[in-house]
Amino acid sequence: MIKNINQLSKSKARCRKYRKKILEISQSVSALHIGGSFSSVEIIDCIYNRIKKNKDKFILSKGHAGILQYVVLNDLGIIKNKDLKNYQKKNGFLGVHPDYGTPGIMASTGSLGHGLAMAAGMALACKNKNRYFYILLSDGELQEGSVWESVLTISSLKLNNIIVVVDNNNLQTSSWTTDTHPTLYPIDKKFESFGWNAVKCNGHNSNDIFNKIKKKSPKKPLALIAKTIKGYPISFMKNVPEWHYRAPNKVEYFKAIKEIDNL
Amino acid sequence: MRNTFAEELYKHAVKNKKIYILVSDISPAGSMINFQKKYPNRFLNVGVSEQTMIGMCAGLSMEGMRPFAYTISTFALYRPFEMVRNDICYQNLPVTVVGMGAGTIYSTLGGTHLTQEDISIARSIPNMNIIAPCDPSELKEAINFCCTKSKFPIYLRIGKAGEKNFTKECKEKWTFGKIRKISSGKDVCFLTFGPIVKKAYDLKDNLKIQNISSEIYSCHTLKPFDYVGLKKIFKKFKLIVIIEDHSKIGGLNTIVKTCAYESQYMGKIVSYSLKDEFIHCYGSQEDLLGKHNINNKKIYRDIIKKIK
Repeated sequence: MIKNINQLSKSKARCRKYRKKILEISQSVSALHIGGSFSSVEIIDCIYNRIKKNKDKFILSKGHAGILQYVVLNDLGIIKNKDLKNYQKKNGFLGVHPDYGTPGIMASTGSLGHGLAMAAGMALACKNKNRYFYILLSDGELQEGSVWESVLTISSLKLNNIIVVVDNNNLQTSSWTTDTHPTLYPIDKKFESFGWNAVKCNGHNSNDIFNKIKKKSPKKPLALIAKTIKGYPISFMKNVPEWHYRAPNKVEYFKAIKEIDNL
Repeated sequence: MRNTFAEELYKHAVKNKKIYILVSDISPAGSMINFQKKYPNRFLNVGVSEQTMIGMCAGLSMEGMRPFAYTISTFALYRPFEMVRNDICYQNLPVTVVGMGAGTIYSTLGGTHLTQEDISIARSIPNMNIIAPCDPSELKEAINFCCTKSKFPIYLRIGKAGEKNFTKECKEKWTFGKIRKISSGKDVCFLTFGPIVKKAYDLKDNLKIQNISSEIYSCHTLKPFDYVGLKKIFKKFKLIVIIEDHSKIGGLNTIVKTCAYESQYMGKIVSYSLKDEFIHCYGSQEDLLGKHNINNKKIYRDIIKKIK
């Protein structure tokens, strides 16, 4: 119990640091995917800092949250400070979407609906080798037919070393997922009907994410439907579509930093 | 060719445990049944899921495996195009995408099953390489290359069944990236690739009666193209005839004529390619090619006219 509380407070501290770093970087670029990055912070933090072993791989299929992955990889010493400073810059190699070959990046993503099939190939190559593959999908990405091709194939091939986390912030570039695709819900039941185990969690609670993944059955692939809020925890960003791809101005920046400090 | 493909790949798979084949709802022909039975973990039918087939091959490759994606050419290249582009070519992975029954081979199935522009499309993707063997013998060499030497993406464009071997006794060896002389002559030069090479051999026989001697080249590697070899051909021949089971846009016709312009070739180039039109007719492959003016009687008459 005490261990869990400690882990939770450590995770919260890291997530504050990651969000502040993204805000800092936002001041040197014209725009970035801040809303969808902020909704994924606890998920990516938990996978990298609490769950993933060195031999495992993480694929950010919702590649537009690339800045978050870079910040976490920077914190882990995999991406250098000077390279992060050159994010989106002429002399840098870090663009908005992750590129294969960049330190710590396992696949080029950005066009939605690609990460899961590539992870399936990796998982097939490593079947029964006690290696796990973590893939973060956005909920809007579930509208891609290619995702469901792979969902069906993964369970049919019993690639049980696959763990999908869906960042369920319910908001896309400009519209609510519930408005455009009300029948997307319930997401967990869809995965279950495709032969997966599916559980829901609070996507902003590191312990909840951790515990649900740790309880994964070895007999099926796991889909963790993480309920999140786009732009979380910034008051003026939460659930506001325009923060899908925007950089805060100076006033907004200081306000956001203050809100994070007061968490 | 599909039987040769299966046999050869199986032979390599026995020796090399890194070889995987992912097929998309296609019945295993010949030795592919052996592959499937003996190595069920390395032969996978992913069903009608071409995007997943290509994505998985990329993933396998990123774990050090040597995967092949295999299905009818339209479903191997067109349907999962973005996966071919992003997952395989953008990441520059040694995956072989095998397009079987390419061009107009599936002549009774209609335009949805024909690939008249596949080379044009594949050629325009950076990092992509294209091999189109003319007979089962060349296919064996191509498979050996894909299994043992290739370090990059390949689109392997093959026929289907019943192709005759023309190059088995050929003096010149098959080399990736090199135009291959497969029959010697001096008056007219045929440039071609894929199973349609048969037309060039038939024409050669007919022209011989008129004392016209023909040289035939298999341009089996469409990308990277052997421009050095092509320029040597420009120096040697005043009449070049291109025969291809592909659109006039972006295939051998485009390659040769662009190079001819750049090298200020002064001879004649006549090409017999598919028109830039969808094909809505049925019948034999010959019937379809004939509708697009690719028939030997016409080619023969044209050559006689140009030479005399």
